[in-house]
Amino acid sequence: MPHPLADSMESTVTQQTEPVGPAPTPVVEMRGISIGFPGVKALDGVDFRMFPGEVHSLMGENGAGKSTLIKALTGVYGIDAGTITLAGERVSFAGPAQAQAAGISTVYQEVNLLPNLSVAENIMLGREPRRFGGIDWRAMRRRSAELLAGLHLDLDPGSLLGDHSLAVQQLVAIARAIDVNAKVLILDEPTSSLDADEVAELFRVIRTLKEQGVAILFVSHFLDQVYEICDRLTVLRNGTLVGEYLTEELLRIDLVQKMIGKELTALDDLEHKARTAVVDESDAATFVSASRLGRRGAIAPADLPIAVGEVVGLAGLLGSGRTELARLLGGIDRADTGELSIHGEQVRLRTPRQAIGKRIAFSSENRRDEGIVGELTVRDNIVLALQADRGWFRPIPKKKQDELAQSYIQALNIRPGNPDALVRNLSGGNQQKVLLARWLAIAPRLLILDEPTRGIDIGAKAEIQKLVYTLAENGMSVLFISAELEEVLRLSHRVVVLRDRAVVADLENDGLTVDALLALIADGRVASDDEALDERTPAVAVAATPTTPTTTTPEGGRP
Amino acid sequence: MTKLLEAPATDRPTRPGRGTGTGGGAPSGSGRRRPLAAALGLITSPKYGPVTVTALLFVAIFVIGGFRYRGFFSGQVFLNLFVDNAYLIVLAVGMTFVILTGGIDLSVGAVVALSGMIAASLLQTGWSPGVVIPLILLLTSVLGLLVGLMIHVFKVQPFIATLAAMFLARGLCYVISQSSISITDPTFVQLAVSRIPLGAGLSITPSVIIAVVVVAIAVWVLHGTRFGRTVYAIGGGEQSGLLMGLPVARTKVLVYVISGFCSGLAGVLFTFYTLSGYPLTAIGTELDAIAAVVIGGTLLTGGYGFVLGSVLGVLVLGVIQTILTFEGTLSSWWTKIFIGALLLVFIILQKVLTARRR
Amino acid sequence: MSTLAKMASSRLFWPVVMLLVLFAINLVAFPGFFEITVRDGQLFGSLIDILRNGAPTLIIAVGMTLVIATRGIDLSVGAVAAISGAVACSIILGSPDPGSLATVAVAITVALLISLVLGVWNGFLVAALGIQPIIATLILMTAGRGVAMLITEGQILTVNSPPFKFLGSGFWLGVPIAVIIAAVVFGLAALITRRTALGMFIESVGINPEASRQAGVRARGLLFAVYTFCALCAAIAGLILTANTAAADANNTGLFIELDAILAVVIGGTSLAGGRYSLLGTLVGALVIQTLVTTVYTVGIPPIATMVFKAAVVTVVCLLQSPTTAEAFSGFRRRLALRAEKGVAAS
Repeated sequence: MPHPLADSMESTVTQQTEPVGPAPTPVVEMRGISIGFPGVKALDGVDFRMFPGEVHSLMGENGAGKSTLIKALTGVYGIDAGTITLAGERVSFAGPAQAQAAGISTVYQEVNLLPNLSVAENIMLGREPRRFGGIDWRAMRRRSAELLAGLHLDLDPGSLLGDHSLAVQQLVAIARAIDVNAKVLILDEPTSSLDADEVAELFRVIRTLKEQGVAILFVSHFLDQVYEICDRLTVLRNGTLVGEYLTEELLRIDLVQKMIGKELTALDDLEHKARTAVVDESDAATFVSASRLGRRGAIAPADLPIAVGEVVGLAGLLGSGRTELARLLGGIDRADTGELSIHGEQVRLRTPRQAIGKRIAFSSENRRDEGIVGELTVRDNIVLALQADRGWFRPIPKKKQDELAQSYIQALNIRPGNPDALVRNLSGGNQQKVLLARWLAIAPRLLILDEPTRGIDIGAKAEIQKLVYTLAENGMSVLFISAELEEVLRLSHRVVVLRDRAVVADLENDGLTVDALLALIADGRVASDDEALDERTPAVAVAATPTTPTTTTPEGGRP
Repeated sequence: MTKLLEAPATDRPTRPGRGTGTGGGAPSGSGRRRPLAAALGLITSPKYGPVTVTALLFVAIFVIGGFRYRGFFSGQVFLNLFVDNAYLIVLAVGMTFVILTGGIDLSVGAVVALSGMIAASLLQTGWSPGVVIPLILLLTSVLGLLVGLMIHVFKVQPFIATLAAMFLARGLCYVISQSSISITDPTFVQLAVSRIPLGAGLSITPSVIIAVVVVAIAVWVLHGTRFGRTVYAIGGGEQSGLLMGLPVARTKVLVYVISGFCSGLAGVLFTFYTLSGYPLTAIGTELDAIAAVVIGGTLLTGGYGFVLGSVLGVLVLGVIQTILTFEGTLSSWWTKIFIGALLLVFIILQKVLTARRR
Repeated sequence: MSTLAKMASSRLFWPVVMLLVLFAINLVAFPGFFEITVRDGQLFGSLIDILRNGAPTLIIAVGMTLVIATRGIDLSVGAVAAISGAVACSIILGSPDPGSLATVAVAITVALLISLVLGVWNGFLVAALGIQPIIATLILMTAGRGVAMLITEGQILTVNSPPFKFLGSGFWLGVPIAVIIAAVVFGLAALITRRTALGMFIESVGINPEASRQAGVRARGLLFAVYTFCALCAAIAGLILTANTAAADANNTGLFIELDAILAVVIGGTSLAGGRYSLLGTLVGALVIQTLVTTVYTVGIPPIATMVFKAAVVTVVCLLQSPTTAEAFSGFRRRLALRAEKGVAAS
């Protein structure tokens, strides 16, 4: 199917080939790739190429076809139409092993290594040196040490992999991937569980490899990282190619628009409304108040008042303590210091169930493992928390269950709208909505949403944001966590900033900007050096205009 | 040098002895560590912790027995642990392979009985031991192969598949004969009664030598070959092993073949010991084998463990049995209760050690 | 056609087919298989025998179903059955009046109470210490028989107590007591789990424990409950088995019954991986196992070979339920449909 941007894409491509590619010919060239699954055309005539010594990013929303394209390249999927050329030769891989033998290696999001074996084994197993019919341990250790040294990593090859942090394991996975003649290295969401220092280390390794002439395909949801490390971008949408661009020539706002293919008007609209909402700040309206609430190794003692009808955003990097603080409020983990009071009355939350009893709902960021119950129906998933609160001997009548399920399916636009469908068969966005329905069903007074919009399509995202806004207007308190600072700013009345497992600022969202938040997250203080940090003073110094993705500078994300 | 590399280094004081991981048996290059810290690290490691405790326990029981009973503290009592439990050692070796992959084999006791029955009945009809023993090993390996295929190709849980094999083997025992068949074959009798002197009045049986050879081969296979490392890899993460290009499918089937082979061999050794075949023999032996493996420090979820640990586990079970024999007044059912209690202790130990790592 | 396909995809389809096949074999070998006669006001017939002999397995399988649904397994049921039989018999033997109803009532009550303790122990290991169920219950499986032997002091305790014997071989309204007890246990379990939210919680915990916890489901209490219930079921079965022979044999009471029970659950279509369960399926599974045993008798195969046939049934059922087989079947159907399509196009 021809797409509207096809012409512009062609012109971009031709004009960009000469300046970037160190070698004149691409190492990988995929032409007219089509892959169909029953009922879906996952890829439709997509072209894709990579040059040696470049870092290339594949961009697109969920369902754009990114992972399908990667799987086509690595031989996991067969292609229905099109050609794949590797280093000038037509190839067709029957499986990942063949692709790897041909020089295409992949490091997946979850580290696919073995924690119970040594670093050396994790690097070499599968192609380990042999001697006398057995493994040549000495050669194996030597070669893995060489590989690690090549990446400037100082690791004992004999140490157990499971003893190292996830970030180090990721680097070991890369060391494994680049052994032997790796021409192409695919990094699929390598940074999703790394902190800033670890990302920097990863990027150092990526640059080393780039210098060695390896073509690197870097897939990430973090725009900042993409802009920092990538030379070139390929954008996909709905299984078709939107275009290939030089990173430095593509503005972020343009990239986002190409990815989602529609204007952000729905969200912008919401943004202005949220900002003008007025909240009664008097003490009587404080719903829940944490004072010096903390947990060793998770979050330093922190104060956090949340008013009735207030949306409080938690901003901070992964591992900053934002999830940990929210888990204490939701009764998921137990606090070991501090106090929590609800409407001025002191309470202790030892279990999620006690929190639910106090009408506090916690929706985990980990939808699959801590959220949905996949093999149960949509109906069961929606009534689960309500039923648990009532106890097992007071079942909700079948008719009432159906009514509840139907009403939430309609209100939240859950697709498919069949209460008997198994939740595991729903898309990510719809699963998230089912979870929201579960928590709304208990009529919470405080709704804690940890990354409710992560990994779901833009439409569902807007719907969830609107819902948060409406709920707060109707008097529900919301604690909202998101990695996207724009989203936090758009929805929150107040933003609490966390850094290194401690609260560093608690700010009214009155002219706050992404840059100001980033500065706080990065340094624990506002961007401009000469301004003293006052916790209750909004950081307005940097930018007076409301932040939209347009004003975010590409460098903004890097501290 | 880089910030990242400081991260694991900061952990170091809290986990002394981390560096001792040597890639599963490969010679360790690192030395020079304070002995106390090293010992602590050894005990709290999920890899070496349980097996160290088992070794200490074995020594402790042996020493206590030595103080308590006359004639306990002798080389022959120690060697008799091997003599009496040679078949169990072989069984535990096979079971270790299976449990390392995260599987389980419930059929081993029944297969021991079956191979005893086959041996007794065929020898009775005049077959030569030189034919009978290889035939038994072949048949039990084939049974293991079928189980492995059921587990791998048809995705049947190991528990259920080996249960079916257990029923089959036990049922075939009854089909062969409902009563005990004694073995009078001269070769078998010779193997049963002969002792190999080790000097100083000590002796062992041919079974012990066979068991030791089996253990030695198993150690080499597990630590020195790709197949062995794949066994560990499956226990650590089957999917990861597949992505690494390891022969996961073949290995998963082969561990059950190995377990079948070991069960057959154990059955033969058991007939050297009893000189008869009886369909009800070795009921619950699978539990002893599993207990020995667990006590020997192999994690039942797979991935961590050693064959030598399982041998230690068998020795611990054996020494408890010996103590009960020396005690005399204690009835045999106490053995089961003791094994149960030991299992409890070791399982909780494993739990604690792995939980600390998370 | 479509209803047939729907039926075929039901989890109960293959177990029921297997049961029917076994019935058919029996009918051929023994034309009076379905006959039920009334003698002295008591029902007799092959089907009644199947129900009566299958009752202990069914009772344990009901408890096992709930345990398996929570991702667990209970290997200790055989040992618990042996312990409860041993306790009851030793109390009856030790009392001055073994034949009195009161003695038997006390014996049964104590045996059941002890089983509750054992169930709580299993629940403690699984729910409080977080030990894998297969391992946790392995402990009691190993030690339990030793405890039972400790109680019987290694003897086979034979009791002469008519009220106790009634439990195993008595009739009420013409129906064997064992069958009535099994029906009550089955009915109660079905009623309690399906008429309350217990069933949903059990499935929810079996499918995703952490999500259930965060939704406020108290898994710990639930696990304690199912393991205790399973031990109670095991004790009831143990009492029936012991009463049937009027003797407590610590070594052989309930030997391998854990395997039969697990088998019944698996044949009934409940996955060992936990989650959704079917008590009805378990009932069919238990009937399949017992019918198989009966079939072996009626067809005239030496009864000792029963285990070989059990092995065959396990294998066949597992292979039929296997995803690999399902794929192969659907591939075959697709090819068939394709061929039919082509045939239509050609003509």
